[in-house]
Amino acid sequence: MTVHLEPAATSLALAFSLSNVVALDGAFPVLAGASVSGAMGTLTAIVGGNGAGKTSLLRTLAGLTAVTRGSAIVLGRDVSGGGSELVGRVGLLGHNTGLYDELSPRDNLRFLAKVTRSPKTAVDEALDAVGLSRRVGVTPLARLSAGQRRRAGLAAMVLRSPELWLLDEPHASLDPAAKDMVDHLIAQALRAGSTVVLTSHEPDLARSMSHALVEMAGGVVTAIHQGKGGIVDVA
Amino acid sequence: MLRDAWAIMTKDLRIEMRARVGLWQVLPFAAISLILFSFALGPKASTLAQGAAGMTWVGVLFATFLVVGRSQSLEMGTGVSEAQRLAGVDPAGMFLGKTAAVGIQLLAIELLLGLGAKLLLHFAIERFWILIVSSILATIGLAAVGTLYGALVAGARARETLLPMLVLPVLIPVLISAVRCWQAASVSSGLAIGEWLSILATFAVVYLAAGILLYGQVQESQ
Repeated sequence: MTVHLEPAATSLALAFSLSNVVALDGAFPVLAGASVSGAMGTLTAIVGGNGAGKTSLLRTLAGLTAVTRGSAIVLGRDVSGGGSELVGRVGLLGHNTGLYDELSPRDNLRFLAKVTRSPKTAVDEALDAVGLSRRVGVTPLARLSAGQRRRAGLAAMVLRSPELWLLDEPHASLDPAAKDMVDHLIAQALRAGSTVVLTSHEPDLARSMSHALVEMAGGVVTAIHQGKGGIVDVA
Repeated sequence: MLRDAWAIMTKDLRIEMRARVGLWQVLPFAAISLILFSFALGPKASTLAQGAAGMTWVGVLFATFLVVGRSQSLEMGTGVSEAQRLAGVDPAGMFLGKTAAVGIQLLAIELLLGLGAKLLLHFAIERFWILIVSSILATIGLAAVGTLYGALVAGARARETLLPMLVLPVLIPVLISAVRCWQAASVSSGLAIGEWLSILATFAVVYLAAGILLYGQVQESQ
């Protein structure tokens, strides 16, 4: 089922706004004057080749990469100097899961529930939402496949339900059914009023599902297109 | 802060219970050091008993580096550290939790090395309370310093060698005080230990406070 998600009523407010942002990794500029903004409750997809700056843009939005020049406002907070203001409000699922390899997905989520003051019931709900079976849920993360680890990382995002979801190639390493599950979770997050920014190597898919399609190359935004906002939600 | 500390401590201990790195690597290493030191001193019972406290605490010190290194390595993998920052884990709670987990493991090692010292090195225990109080205070100091410096060097390539180089000079007062207290505990009376216990207590409080205040900045600088 294709769901056309209209931006939420609060869409006039910007969820994030980067203006001429320069960010360095050592002496190398990973962002070289990037400017982009996105409204609350929308899905923004970022496309571009390897090294275009997609991941760096996500990390800047998360407040994990310091801004050397330009301004970066995320969820109404200036994150130019780091994102301590955003604690608890932003979730980033990168190429790493952000979870402990030695613990099972269930134990990881139990720990996360404790530190985020989430109810214990949220753990099982999150594991169910990403389709991690009881058996897989109790196996140490290190012994799971790349796809299962990805699901565990997504379960952590579901548990936290941040206001801003930052997903770095969320469809990578996933089978078709799991990709549908990711789309379903994104659609749910948008319905709940969250804002989603994701990166993708599939421009057609990204355009069809997003409200805005951002093209990047060499650390700058080269074009912004209106997307179709038609995420396929197989519930 | 305390709630996060409890969550971090139980998580770290759960991982260690499953991985059993302490049981299979750290403890044998500490025990071997104790035995080697005893070989160096010779078979005379009185000489061994005299050096037992020092040998035990040097073994504990070596074990501290392994336990702290292991504790920090847990936070280094797969973007865990950044995920916890984003999730809002209190850095002070993180510091206290990791210090507590390291401390509990060190106390277990001290207990077993102490037993080893009693059996192998003829270490006598006359005043048990001194042994307990000094061990707890010294362990807090070792764990707090180790956790703080462990986080400081976590991002460095040569962190395995950097940690002992930085921490050893800092921990000398703990080592000397703990050894003095254990020596005092092995005789029924005569050796004053008030000053040594004060040093251990002050050291523990200062480094706990420093860790609570600085751990967040140390993490962000990585």
